[in-house]
Amino acid sequence: MASEAAPEGAPAKRANGPALTPQQVVLAADEPLRLDSGATLGPITVAYTTQGRLNADKSNAILICHALTGDQFVSGPHPTTGKPGWWDTMIGPGRPLDPERYFLICSNILGGCLGTTGPKDINPATGKPWGLDFPVITVGDMVNVQRLLVDHLGIGQLFCVIGGSMGGMQVLDWAVRYPERVFCAMPIASAARTSAQNIAHHEVGRQAVMADPDWCGGRYLEQGKRPHRGLAVARMGAHITYLSESALTRKFGRSLQAREQVTYGFDADFQVESYLRHQGITFVDRFDANSYLYITRATDYFDLAQEHGGVLSRAFRNTPVRFGVVSFTSDWMFPTLESRDLVKALNAVGANVAFVEVETDQGHDSFLMDIPDYHRIVHGFLEGAADHRGLKKP
Amino acid sequence: MTGISSDKPAPLIGRTESGSGRIRVDLQLIADLVPAGSRVLDVGCGDGSLLHYLTKYKGVDARGIEISRDRVAACLNQGLSVIQGDAEMDLADYPDDAFDCVVLSQTLQAVHDPKWMLEQLLRIGGLAVVSITNAGYWKNRVTFMVEGREPFAVHRDETWYDTAYIHPCTIRDFVDLANEMDTRIERCFALNPRGAYREINPRSHWANLTAVQAVFLLS
Repeated sequence: MASEAAPEGAPAKRANGPALTPQQVVLAADEPLRLDSGATLGPITVAYTTQGRLNADKSNAILICHALTGDQFVSGPHPTTGKPGWWDTMIGPGRPLDPERYFLICSNILGGCLGTTGPKDINPATGKPWGLDFPVITVGDMVNVQRLLVDHLGIGQLFCVIGGSMGGMQVLDWAVRYPERVFCAMPIASAARTSAQNIAHHEVGRQAVMADPDWCGGRYLEQGKRPHRGLAVARMGAHITYLSESALTRKFGRSLQAREQVTYGFDADFQVESYLRHQGITFVDRFDANSYLYITRATDYFDLAQEHGGVLSRAFRNTPVRFGVVSFTSDWMFPTLESRDLVKALNAVGANVAFVEVETDQGHDSFLMDIPDYHRIVHGFLEGAADHRGLKKP
Repeated sequence: MTGISSDKPAPLIGRTESGSGRIRVDLQLIADLVPAGSRVLDVGCGDGSLLHYLTKYKGVDARGIEISRDRVAACLNQGLSVIQGDAEMDLADYPDDAFDCVVLSQTLQAVHDPKWMLEQLLRIGGLAVVSITNAGYWKNRVTFMVEGREPFAVHRDETWYDTAYIHPCTIRDFVDLANEMDTRIERCFALNPRGAYREINPRSHWANLTAVQAVFLLS
């Protein structure tokens, strides 16, 4: 979920923030982590970044949860692509996530492919890459690994857990699983369960990967191959869901790509085709195909109501967490209706919740964009919560 | 206009006063009626000035619903817990007795089903504070009798066809509805055109003639 890449055609942007220092820690070494599937996993390497300073009473930590294909390099130039981090515009002095005020943590999710244990890593039992022997994981498992990291950093209660899309699911899972360890939660462009439509989109993506002969039944790393074509097609399909019809029309319309007329062939005649191909090709260089399978699957399984007899509000009973829910008008992947369902469930148990729908035509990817209204809302919610938490201004 | 918004005309009385701790006089009256330290829902909370006041000066756990996106954003910027939504639909989702007190300021006459709205307020909160604009105010009567024009809109500098106040009512009309619903009027205040208010007998014909607004505390 979410492209986390600057749209093509936009001038190559320079990162606003400084480059982040990659950090790694090995967790669950003594006692392996029990996964939702019943399997156990450990030790687990967690790759993360931090910004700002933890204050004396450790009350200013914000955990940022990244989306499907995001990573821990939230701001500053990305170490592999050189492009600004996915939330570069959200982070910085005077911005909503201000490292001079907060201690910002972001870790690569479990099953990811940028330093945290995932299917491309070596299975200690076999000495070969995990591939499909990697256990199937859930959003809750990702959260449990983040919790191990937060423990490791010596933080009892996070001031805020924030994230968009699948990151928002982690936010909600945190609030349900560890309510006493989250002061406020900000799920953005997200939902308390994955819709049938999104499961369907994921399945198309997975089938595209698995249909690539270079996928080799998931053992491509051992064979020295990469299912680039399949993964690129998966990305192209997914990328459409991150945008909106009006944004595509505004950006591309029916404009042709560097030609006067159609070629009566299957080249990328249209700019929109060229754009999607570019999205696909650039994605495969930085992402592992099996990670894509595992993470989309984890998202499919996400349903906070399931453990509570299908009644979402029960998941939040007596929650002390302050919620700030944000949706976007043109997001058809996580439409406002799903955020409203969440808000209704929170209201039903008298939870402290603020909700606003931001008007924009940029679709689901709006949560990555520098939209002034949106940033003001995030800033306002955090400032209000900080006030309640008694966080002093720097 | 559909739904509840503070996109409503300025009240007939009252001044917006800037400066610390000063709010519009009708909001001040409402704030005085809200029990300190209680849980309050402000329906159609606008830019959050009442919520802000209640939070800061009365130790209230204050929440709001507001239909206008910009106003919700303004509320969030003050750190208020406000939901963007249409109270005419969303109130149905709140559980019984979720709040100690529910506030509906200058909005009842703008909703499609005022009776349903009152029922919801009293279902959700043990107390309700409701303010109305009084259609029985003597100037309205004169406008109707002498000029032969629909007075409610005229005195608001609006036209009858685009006014948000689709259900004009007088203090007596409101009292009748409260009786019909077996709702107890705990207290009732009348505001005069100069912004002064006094507690009244809700059955008072004189108040129904001289008040431009009324504020009711219902239970």
